[in-house]
Amino acid sequence: MKPYLSIEKLTQRFPDGAGGELTVFENASFGVEKGEFVVILGHSGCGKSTIMNILAGLADPTSGAVIMDGQEVKGPSLDRGVVFQNYSLLPWLTTLKNVMFGVKARHPEWTKSQVEEHATKFLAMVGLEGDVIHRKPSQLSGGMRQRVSIARAFANHPKLLLLDEPFGALDALTRGTIQDELLKIWGQMEQTVFMITHDIDEAILLADRILLMTNGPNARVAESVEITIPRPRNRTEIVEHPNYYAIRNHLVQFLGKRSKELAGQPTEAGQTNAPETVRIDLADPAEDPEDKRPALKAVNS
Amino acid sequence: MGTLSLNQRAALLSVLMLVVGLLIWEAAIPAQKAVEELTEYEILTGAGAPKAGVPPPSQVFAKAWEQLSNPFYDAGPNDKGIGIQIGYSIYRVLTGYFLAALIAIPFGFLIGMSQVAYKAFNPFIQVLRPISPLAWMPLALFIIGDSEASAIFVIFICSIWPMLINTAFGVAGVREDWVNVARTHELGPIKTAFTVILPAAAPTILTGMRISIGIAWLVIVAAEMLVGGTGIGYYVWNEWNNLDLTSVVFSILVIGVVGMLLDAMFGVLQRRVTYAE
Repeated sequence: MKPYLSIEKLTQRFPDGAGGELTVFENASFGVEKGEFVVILGHSGCGKSTIMNILAGLADPTSGAVIMDGQEVKGPSLDRGVVFQNYSLLPWLTTLKNVMFGVKARHPEWTKSQVEEHATKFLAMVGLEGDVIHRKPSQLSGGMRQRVSIARAFANHPKLLLLDEPFGALDALTRGTIQDELLKIWGQMEQTVFMITHDIDEAILLADRILLMTNGPNARVAESVEITIPRPRNRTEIVEHPNYYAIRNHLVQFLGKRSKELAGQPTEAGQTNAPETVRIDLADPAEDPEDKRPALKAVNS
Repeated sequence: MGTLSLNQRAALLSVLMLVVGLLIWEAAIPAQKAVEELTEYEILTGAGAPKAGVPPPSQVFAKAWEQLSNPFYDAGPNDKGIGIQIGYSIYRVLTGYFLAALIAIPFGFLIGMSQVAYKAFNPFIQVLRPISPLAWMPLALFIIGDSEASAIFVIFICSIWPMLINTAFGVAGVREDWVNVARTHELGPIKTAFTVILPAAAPTILTGMRISIGIAWLVIVAAEMLVGGTGIGYYVWNEWNNLDLTSVVFSILVIGVVGMLLDAMFGVLQRRVTYAE
């Protein structure tokens, strides 16, 4: 049985400017289940954004395929909503009109009042109500703009929501509140989400599963780490969960050391490169001790 | 002084400069001697006839009052009211200008959408653009044959380039993020053009239109001096031939005021489509 979203042997090569080719990533294969929140972590240059653009349909891979809900992804579609790092709001439209722009595209048959009502509802879900929604994006703070962008994406009920470092340009405090907003709205909508970030704490707070990428070139998705912390999660409480630091240390170890060690190994043809599943759960004694060792060591040191 | 706003102070200073300027101008013009004061010899040698000279502002105001109180009279081909002359000029400018906009904006849009087209058309535009519009006049007169239509053609050819270049530049410079928003929302090419690219490029397009109307108004005066018959340019030249410098100065002022109003109209439009990022 194939997962809801299946990325199969995705390879991306660019000309390196010297007549040769640069392989960004090769034979990347992984899956995302329906309703799952998957975060991809990796250093810059490992091709996270390229994978995102391919999933969005804004770029074409050199080879390989993306299959969602039994259909191959070709070109952009309303089924895959995108929240860009730089918000990508249309600056000549008001906040409300920006969200209505998306809703109108999704439901061309709706009347204007239906569209407006739907848009207003989703803006309220991210905490934007009253006069604010009639302001232009230039009159909003960065955090508010990203809320608008999130409201626009959720309002369209895409089958897959792609978040491209959505909080990268925000300060830490704003980031925290919007992460909470995102968790809240995600909890209500059962939305499948695929998100890029390089913030480890953000990834643990939000994700069901974290995909770890090795450094580029020839990057690959090396591990799939399950986040064994129950929902609903809360930023102040998850740090007290026994698994939190074990998972965190594993991720830090990977990004700090192993992403380099595993990098730059060209893969043989035919190898699928499926990520190794890592499950760190200190609360579960049935766990294979072999898998636990690095995490425990990190905790004790 | 401290209670006045910046704008009020600037306006006060403007009025002051105007008054001082007019006074200096008035004082600088030597008064003509009245006929009674002349000697018999001077009268016999013709000194009694009014001398042509730069008129003092008081005379220009008197002329302006006379002309503006009856701007639309028509007493034959060489004697029409200032309103009629301005009307002809504006009609020619707007006709040529809107014909140019009709071609330049859609065409500029297409050029801006395609990098190949942009690069392919660029050399032609760069060669044709710096040609003085009046240089086209003989060719226009020969091919078109009609002086009225030739004047409109000259306006057309001079206003097309800024609009074409700015439209292409504005469209080519639309942020890719916004185009991606349109793409991820499955908008077709026509819808993308009208709902994303046009509003995004509108400030640049309007800038081009504003530059064009300014150039068109500059050029119409010269064109009408050449083709003659009607229009404010012809009026200026005709009054020069009559050695009526008061009318010349008056019409120069009118040209300035009309040009300013045309520019202000486009300024309002421009502000309406401008957005802050």
